[in-house]
Amino acid sequence: MMKKYFLEVDGLGKRYPAKEGELSVFEDVNFGIEKGEFICIIGHSGCGKSSILNILAGLDSATEGGVIMNGKEVSGPSLERGVIFQNYSLLPWRSALKNITFAVQVRFAQWSKEKVVEHSLRFLELVGLKGGEHRKPSQLSGGMRQRVSIARAFATQPQLLLMDEPFGALDALTRGIIQEELIKIWSETQQTVFMITHDVDEAILLADRILLMTNGPRARIAESVKVSIARPRERNTIIHHPAYYKIRNHLVDFLVSRSKELNRENNQGVNEYSNDNKPVEVDPAKIKESEAVALHA
Amino acid sequence: MSKSLNFRATLLSVIFLVLMLGIWEAMNQAPLKTRALSEYELLMGGADQEARVPPPSAVIKLAVSELSHPFYDAGPNDKGIGIQLAYSLYRVLSGFFLAALIAIPLGFLIGMSPLMHKALNPFIQVLRPISPLAWMPLALFVIKDSEASSIFVIFICSIWPMLINTAFGVANVRDDWINVARTHELKAFKTAILVILPAAAPTILTGMRISMGIAWLVIVAAEMLVGGTGIGYYVWNEWNNLDLSSVIFSILMIGMVGMLLDLTLSSISRLIEYQE
Repeated sequence: MMKKYFLEVDGLGKRYPAKEGELSVFEDVNFGIEKGEFICIIGHSGCGKSSILNILAGLDSATEGGVIMNGKEVSGPSLERGVIFQNYSLLPWRSALKNITFAVQVRFAQWSKEKVVEHSLRFLELVGLKGGEHRKPSQLSGGMRQRVSIARAFATQPQLLLMDEPFGALDALTRGIIQEELIKIWSETQQTVFMITHDVDEAILLADRILLMTNGPRARIAESVKVSIARPRERNTIIHHPAYYKIRNHLVDFLVSRSKELNRENNQGVNEYSNDNKPVEVDPAKIKESEAVALHA
Repeated sequence: MSKSLNFRATLLSVIFLVLMLGIWEAMNQAPLKTRALSEYELLMGGADQEARVPPPSAVIKLAVSELSHPFYDAGPNDKGIGIQLAYSLYRVLSGFFLAALIAIPLGFLIGMSPLMHKALNPFIQVLRPISPLAWMPLALFVIKDSEASSIFVIFICSIWPMLINTAFGVANVRDDWINVARTHELKAFKTAILVILPAAAPTILTGMRISMGIAWLVIVAAEMLVGGTGIGYYVWNEWNNLDLSSVIFSILMIGMVGMLLDLTLSSISRLIEYQE
């Protein structure tokens, strides 16, 4: 029997018309997400991560395959799937608070005005923005804007939260602080999260599982790496965990070499790593050094 | 620093004004009487041989007396400057708001639908460059009312900048903001009101400012044609009366009112502006 996931992605593919024929960005992408899981997806630019996220959000449509969330097919944008974009996507003519109340009001249409404001303020406080609620986005720093965006997404309490490189535009120091805030707010809400990142350390800090994508074109998800480091995790202590560098090396090795080698265009016809195109489940913490090399020989 | 800059700028403006008025005043003095007036000249009221542009002192004197009774009404050809300006403002504002009523919704439609944009664009491109006064004969014939015809002329000249700016502003709302509306499941109408309208509002208001500027330019010419009342008629009537002081005075008033109209709209646009 196949296991039923909260979110199931089945045979997803995206093709664009090109000069000669079609360009397949990714194809046969399969994976599942459990309720309450924090999933990160890593891959080189152009492998279609953002397309996958947009399809999950319902903002874009797949050429083939489909997404099923909670037994229902995803066919368009929904309040059940919140999105945090890299460029914050705040409405610049509204204050921080009003950017959130706007969303909360739509989500919980039956709530009174007071309740909407109170709820929104609580989430602004959770991301450490109390006192700045009446400022416009242009009066906030990049980090603060992304905090508002995070507060907005969490305040609407979607069933699935999608994040497209939320910290990509922030400097390293700010990023670290907001990562911790994200962990805090996530552990309080037990939100299911699907997040794109380029940052290996960020993925290990935040994720339960990390999906690794091969390079495009015809990209696919090759591995699902388990992060077996107990929570709560903290930035400064996690690096001393015995499994940390095993996982990190595994991820970096994938990005540097295997993401190319496993690309469909490079090894056509040969063993496609796994026969059913399901990502191989890996737990680097349990792999011995000698085996790690053998696995992909 | 900026305070002293403002102070110095004001000082310089005043110096320029005094210089300009001084030169104007000096150049327009009546020629000295070199000889006694002939009997004929005395019989004709002792007028000068040639007409001169009145000096600023005469214009200022007239302005003071006109502006102290701006709303007097002594028959069809003798009304206060306030009444004439009010007629013109009434025409400009009614034509302008009628145009806004049609241009802004239509601009929304064109901005949101590429199909409508392509379908309506040829009409806009042909109609837009037509001088609004060219419509006047047709308007007079069809509407059969000079008052309504001049309002129509204002309407037709102020519709285009508003239409084009609204369409442009609406079409160029950032995809991110549209995506915010989509991920929050906003329906089309709510998206238009909550996201597109505030996002495009500064561009729409710029269009309104341009329209208002053009409308105020056109009303003077339209009233010269149509006659009866209004500041444009007033200028032409004073020219026929050879009262150049009044002509210069009304030119200045046209400038003043035009500036006030623009200031009003620019202060509204400052309210709805946002920084990204």
